[in-house]
Amino acid sequence: MMEDWKVEVSQAALGIRRQVLDYTVRNGGGYLSQACSSAELFALLYLRIMNIGPSEAPMVPEPFLGVPGPKNLNYRTGAAYNGPIAPDLDRFILSPSHYALVHYATLVEVGRMSAEGLAMFNQDGQSVEMIAAEHSPGSEVMGGSLGQALSQASGIAFARRLKGDTGRVWVFMSDGEFQEGQTWEAIEVMSFQNLDNIGIYVDVNGQQVDGRMEDVMRIEPLASRLEAFGARTFSVDGHDLDALAEPATLDPDGRPLVVLAYTDPCRGIPLLEERRPMLHYVRFKSEDERQMYANTLAGWQKGVH
Amino acid sequence: MEMVANAHERTFVEWAKDKPEVLVLSADLTSSVEIRLFKQTYPERFISMGLTEQHMMSFAAGLAREGYYPFLHTFAVFLYRRPYDQLAMSVAYANLPVRLVGFLPGITTPGGASHQAIDDIGVVRMLPNMTIVEAGDASEVEQIIGVAHQVDGPVYIRQLRGEVPRLFDPSERMALGRARHLSTGTDITLLSSGICTEEAMRATAVLKSRGVGIEHLHVSTLKPFDDPAVTEAVASANRGVITMENHSVVGGLGSAVADLIAENGLGSHLRKIGLRDTFAHGASRPYLMKHYGLDATALVREVEQAIGEPLGITADDLASARLDAVHSLAKAEAL
Repeated sequence: MMEDWKVEVSQAALGIRRQVLDYTVRNGGGYLSQACSSAELFALLYLRIMNIGPSEAPMVPEPFLGVPGPKNLNYRTGAAYNGPIAPDLDRFILSPSHYALVHYATLVEVGRMSAEGLAMFNQDGQSVEMIAAEHSPGSEVMGGSLGQALSQASGIAFARRLKGDTGRVWVFMSDGEFQEGQTWEAIEVMSFQNLDNIGIYVDVNGQQVDGRMEDVMRIEPLASRLEAFGARTFSVDGHDLDALAEPATLDPDGRPLVVLAYTDPCRGIPLLEERRPMLHYVRFKSEDERQMYANTLAGWQKGVH
Repeated sequence: MEMVANAHERTFVEWAKDKPEVLVLSADLTSSVEIRLFKQTYPERFISMGLTEQHMMSFAAGLAREGYYPFLHTFAVFLYRRPYDQLAMSVAYANLPVRLVGFLPGITTPGGASHQAIDDIGVVRMLPNMTIVEAGDASEVEQIIGVAHQVDGPVYIRQLRGEVPRLFDPSERMALGRARHLSTGTDITLLSSGICTEEAMRATAVLKSRGVGIEHLHVSTLKPFDDPAVTEAVASANRGVITMENHSVVGGLGSAVADLIAENGLGSHLRKIGLRDTFAHGASRPYLMKHYGLDATALVREVEQAIGEPLGITADDLASARLDAVHSLAKAEAL
């Protein structure tokens, strides 16, 4: 029989896919393949891996309160959804901000945001933005320009080590970010600094906007490249909960931890296979196609997975 | 004129001694940007980042979020041009107190176009939340860090190194957002910044002796640009306004003054001295200042244009220009 935590994580992962599919059907498009690839990873991070406290943010997100600046004293990041900032608690940094829809769906599944919040997604005047900014629920830094969040997270991790914090910094990345030079600068520096209070989970779904990564710009062999840069690297099946969770339980050994979660961007929604290789943003081409996805969703809602 | 060597190196170490939250990040130019003494004195607060300027910028944002004050030290071009997106999104957007200490402003290096920050003020000025300050002499080099540190947000510091002249009495403190009043007159209002102020001071003395009244203000805060004394001086000029800067005439001090004139409906005729929308090449500072028309002689010619008559001032009438060894021990010009 499946252990309780795995039942809980699996159900949350299904819930994440269901919410994102529901949004996609209602709006004629969405970041659906990202939900399929990373649902287990997000659910596992929040329910099993990260040591974080309860949300300190309103269940229904506040509207957009302005960008940071000297004239905006109301400004706050979305970090409060990940609980208090405390020396012994972990932090979560979302790097590819276009995964925001999946992240918001996760916050709903794990009880940190109401479903009403997800309905605010990409609505004018709301903080639940399509590409998350740092004021968006669950976000702490500006990550929309790919490759920058890992560097910011490593600065946070370095500062926390200086302060003697025991909490770790967890970063969610996408594999496309390993095409950016800055990512390699970050790995190189973390390795040089023996920064081991940072853990990076990468959704290696092999997809980018222009299609399959291997046709656009190859990053493999990613594990050996990372190892050559000094990272402690694990390659796992991104839908296997035991395999995903295990590296996070290891004692730090002086190296930054990178878990390459190899995932299927069509997992759970076989219909998506027909759209390969263009999976980055699902926009229905016809009402018939939309209806097919609606039927999948209806089947799920009847309890047929 | 008193020449001061390595003022930043000394004063920064002293200033930082009781500030454990001040960290220095260096991108492999530790000696070249006068931070070696800091590294020796406070090794635990010195972070070697290697040639990772893009990462360094975002990393600094992470440090600042945790309550530290990172002071990034490298050549100016590597603080705004190469990591512009990182500066904009990781640092400026979040309004974090990251201090960018950029050296080799404008044509103060024989390193050529790759090392000359000729467009930094224009580029950084466009970024919301950024403050920009520039040192014009040794006294300002000694005080600029303290001035910048008053800002609860990111600051771009346009810094001088090596042998720097002392133009201003150290007791007349550099102040954020306040220009320094250097001479009085009603014909021309002259606004200068950085190393151009030294050239301007040389020319204004001679111009005064020829009966031309110059209202001269030295500008050290390029953004925000809202000093009422500057607006007042611009409004009071009878024969026009001249700006003089070690930067492109596009986007820098001259453009800020143009905005000011237009937004206040002052209608003043503006003449801009600076790099005339061109990259430069590598050579000594005196050569480049003469070649690109950033020196005292260039200012005299603009004043003659503004008042519509020749003044008969020759190069010999102007105090002799600075001549520094290109490869001095103080690294005044070399890399």
